[in-house]
Amino acid sequence: MGQVIYKLGDDISTDIIYPGRYMATVLPTETPQFAFADIKELNERMKTKQVPPGSVIVGGKNFGCGSSREQAVSTLKGYDLIIIAPNFARIFLQNSINLGLQTVTCPEIDANVGDDLEVNSTEVMNKKTGRKFSVIPLPKARQAIVEAGGLIAYTRKRVMVGKSSV
Amino acid sequence: MGMTVVEKILARASGLPSVKAGDVVEPKVDLAMSHENAALVMNQFIEIYQGTGIQPKIWDPSKISIIFDHRVPAESPKTASNQKKIREFVAANDIAKFHDIRGDVGGICHQVLPENGYVRPGSVIVGTDSHTTSHGALGAFAFGIGATEMASVWALGSVLNVEVPATIKVNVSGKFKKFVGPKDLILHLIGKLTAEGANFRVIEFHGPTIRDMSTSGRLVICNMSVEAGATSGIVPADKETLRYLTREAGVKGKIVCVSPDKDALYERTIDIDVSRMDPQIACPHTVDNVKSIKAVKGIKIHQVVIGSCTNGRLDDLELAAKILRGKKVAKGTRMLIFPASARIYNQALAKGYIGEFMKAGAVVMNSGCGPCLGIHEGALGDGEVALSTTNRNFKGRMGNPNSEVYLCSPAVAAASAIKGVITDPTKGVK
Ligand code: SF4
Repeated sequence: MGQVIYKLGDDISTDIIYPGRYMATVLPTETPQFAFADIKELNERMKTKQVPPGSVIVGGKNFGCGSSREQAVSTLKGYDLIIIAPNFARIFLQNSINLGLQTVTCPEIDANVGDDLEVNSTEVMNKKTGRKFSVIPLPKARQAIVEAGGLIAYTRKRVMVGKSSV
Repeated sequence: MGMTVVEKILARASGLPSVKAGDVVEPKVDLAMSHENAALVMNQFIEIYQGTGIQPKIWDPSKISIIFDHRVPAESPKTASNQKKIREFVAANDIAKFHDIRGDVGGICHQVLPENGYVRPGSVIVGTDSHTTSHGALGAFAFGIGATEMASVWALGSVLNVEVPATIKVNVSGKFKKFVGPKDLILHLIGKLTAEGANFRVIEFHGPTIRDMSTSGRLVICNMSVEAGATSGIVPADKETLRYLTREAGVKGKIVCVSPDKDALYERTIDIDVSRMDPQIACPHTVDNVKSIKAVKGIKIHQVVIGSCTNGRLDDLELAAKILRGKKVAKGTRMLIFPASARIYNQALAKGYIGEFMKAGAVVMNSGCGPCLGIHEGALGDGEVALSTTNRNFKGRMGNPNSEVYLCSPAVAAASAIKGVITDPTKGVK
């Protein structure tokens, strides 16, 4: 279960999630400090640990549009957030799967800041309103990467297979 | 059922007789490009081999390209140190398609790749940059991926679990009015499709207007296809592609063009007639907020930018130089010009454009991404407005969330710089 800590509008770009001026910082261990750097209040709350792991950000459509910068994912992953949005931009969704950031595609999602949500692989239930919203599952091909624990682990397996077959 | 261009490319690269939209394939990669974010790719690449007892090894260094462009020359010790690490990695791994910060062969990745002949029709190209879509201009299937995915490509030489995208066909006909061109066409299309309208899809461009368009113009429309969410844009290779590759990119040997089948299956078809199109402007803060110039002319601008991987090519500079010739940039307006590559910079220098820009009062900067992503040059002040030929106007894109960016063609940018307000070049500039 997670509480909605923030709501965002449509077309939230990677420039908003992780502004370009911090792009020289690349390591997943260092990126979280710049999450939503230009939304000062949210950034402060995250940095001062007022956001428990499993908290939810509800976004609008086309969440994560723009750059392929992976920092936009690792910065959120650093706080173990769950992102729920009606749909995600392709590269952002892909990066999330690869790094293990939990993204939930939920076309009808209706929730406000403070609401508690129960999220599983088929639906999101808003405990405050009692309403349920169905989730569009990841395609099987992506699911396999999630199950392996991310793309690094998935690729590692393939590298090992290559080694044993030589 | 026949195949689209991208289906054909993916079938070939995956070793299959045919594929269709929705299939999951594992295509072999012909070119894997990164810029400064190679620093993160290197980190993830080494991570893959952790605990395996295997030495990290790049599958084929000749297929990797690394271009420094996003923060050149380095704006901070951090960037400089990352660049240094990448240089060492490049040397240790014999990566020949490496372009350092240089005044002869440097530049923005999406210009350096085509002009050096690294992009071939029918190939699969991945890049750790969303505008990798650009290379569809030469008939390749080119798309952006994240750094971890690139690390996986470096290790395996293929992209894992790729879903074959559906294709939207766009037919373009008509002759552009004077001072209207490819940038206006793509802005118009993005406005029509919206920023997510082509998400997970490919846009395949056809029609007489595209056939008559130079590779430079095709790079503009494929570059910005991602702003409609597209996985890639693609122009099936033709005579013009062959001309560009042999004459401008110095490619020798056989080039194979891939065309779609006559009975290829498209998700939808969009027809556009450009003959009456006015200059188009993307207004703050989304690229799909597109209006005819009539709706925004007269808006005061503080900074004009001409350049980027979208519109920093020789024909763009030529057009701007023509409009600026003998004129001055308006007081209260700054004009920044950054050619897309060192080669273009040198050509513009030889043609006298650079001198003309400076005479008009513009500042000509080194080739690179510069103000496009607002890291170290050309940031905007609070409340300032920029008019730019780049491809994104997201909040904060030019380094300041309290500023606004309008996107336009080079002709609009040049005409507006003279007036200090958004100006329609088709109405004559006095
Ligand atoms: S010029 Fe701008 S859009 Fe093009 S690669 Fe550089 S930062 Fe990206």
